[in-house]
Amino acid sequence: MSIQVRNLSYVYNEGMPDEQTALDNINFSIYDGEIAAVIGHTGSGKSTLVQHLNGLLKPKEGTILVGGVDITRKNVSMRDIRCRVGLVFQYPEYQLFEETVEKDVAFGPKNLGLSDAEIQVRVQEALELVGLDYRRIGQRSPFDLSGGQKRRVAIAGVIAMKPQVLILDEPTAGLDPGAHRDIMRMIRDIHEAENNIIIFVTHNMNDVVELSDKVLVLSSGKLVTVGSPREVFSQGFELSSVGLDVPPARQIVSALKERGENVRSDVLTIDEAEREIERVLQKKQEMRKA
Amino acid sequence: MIRDITLGQYYPGNSVIHSLDARVKIVSTVLFIVELFVVNSFIGFGFCAAAVALVVAVSRVPISYILRGLKPIFLILAFTFLLNLFMVDGRVIMHIWIFKVTEEGLYVALFMAIRLVLLIISSSLLTLTTKPIALTDGLEKLMSPLQKVGVPTHDIAMMISIALRFIPTLLDEADKIMKAQQARGADFESGNIIQRAKSLIPILIPLFVSAFRIAQDLAMAMEARCYRGGDGRTRLHPMQFRQRDLAAGIGIAVFFAWILVLRIFF
Repeated sequence: MSIQVRNLSYVYNEGMPDEQTALDNINFSIYDGEIAAVIGHTGSGKSTLVQHLNGLLKPKEGTILVGGVDITRKNVSMRDIRCRVGLVFQYPEYQLFEETVEKDVAFGPKNLGLSDAEIQVRVQEALELVGLDYRRIGQRSPFDLSGGQKRRVAIAGVIAMKPQVLILDEPTAGLDPGAHRDIMRMIRDIHEAENNIIIFVTHNMNDVVELSDKVLVLSSGKLVTVGSPREVFSQGFELSSVGLDVPPARQIVSALKERGENVRSDVLTIDEAEREIERVLQKKQEMRKA
Repeated sequence: MIRDITLGQYYPGNSVIHSLDARVKIVSTVLFIVELFVVNSFIGFGFCAAAVALVVAVSRVPISYILRGLKPIFLILAFTFLLNLFMVDGRVIMHIWIFKVTEEGLYVALFMAIRLVLLIISSSLLTLTTKPIALTDGLEKLMSPLQKVGVPTHDIAMMISIALRFIPTLLDEADKIMKAQQARGADFESGNIIQRAKSLIPILIPLFVSAFRIAQDLAMAMEARCYRGGDGRTRLHPMQFRQRDLAAGIGIAVFFAWILVLRIFF
């Protein structure tokens, strides 16, 4: 299973006075078991791009191969695509509609035409995977839950369809730091349990370095760069020109370096920063002893 | 699809039509609609259509944009046409299976269809060339005599302007929710009528919830800025009745008179 996007272009309101090129000749590939992060300014085309990946938007030009099938062709079954590629929208809690959490999560699997027994199993699995207790919450109304819980229910609704590719559009937007951490941990859990491709859109540089294998940087509809977090964040200059930032851990070590400490500057994650600072402190102690 | 609805939308521009006083445009549109029902000959409709075409040309709103607004009402149009065609009694000119077409029916059906098309185009021209704020300001001014008999004109105008303002917002919201449910495998296009109606539930419930949330947020935002209704409120851009507005008004009046003359003498 892999996703290959070739020469993808999309224009909003074609032929209207407010015509706008949303995507301009995008090329990238994401392979089995990878987690990819999509970053870029508001309005850079991130949401438009992910909506193409499960056939909600049809490109003006280009092809999108999902597991070898070109989903831009006319005769492909949309149901088949949506079964393979699950998309969780921004603020997905606003799509909840059923009387109970269980029924809402079952909506997707039911549309796939699964048996009742299979649906039951999948709903339980999905709710557990997003960290909710099926027995306690299954029969409650989704509208009575807290914001963070609602979002997990909505994400469970997509996971229950067991997509081979799971796409999350800003899954942590508007959540408090605690809920943010929970959602990121949840994404990692889902990845480990399902071993699927995960693509998530984010503005949080720390999430990018902690979670992703591959980073796609978009700016005004163009793909500026693709690569591992290490490759992408070593181009510090280019990042700031597209309105992005270096991860917080790197900011700390850079500040230390400016103060004259002898630290490595290619640090990305908080763990790496911790180890590097520990190393430097130990070295200092040894020097003091000597 | 859902975005094809152009009724109530504003098309930005700076033509003469755009810059006319909203009051003139509202009154003209109302007059024109009255004319459409006064007219009962093809010549009259020819003049009306020519007048609409002239306004469209001057306003520089693309024809394709206006015609797109007709698409959603096509079904109603076809239905009215066929109903009139077969249901009006008179001199039979044609038999189709068990139905008979009468001369009178044909006339009524054609008139009705032309009337509806011109009605939709002219009223959408009003909203296409007038900013919602100007439109409701104009309405408020026009209704102001009613204030004396206790009609809350300001509140009515405010409600209309909010309604117009939130048409695109709700369309966006509906579009988003539709896509989200489609991503979960929802199917809105197949099945019989009951299945299709049922398939709307996953859109309508979240849409209602969103609408109430938006309404509440808006009410709060208005109160936070000390909105207390229309008493003593002044305007940033007071409406001005200029020479071109007078000219347009006279033009419309003359046209109205001409249509009446046509009706009476031909």
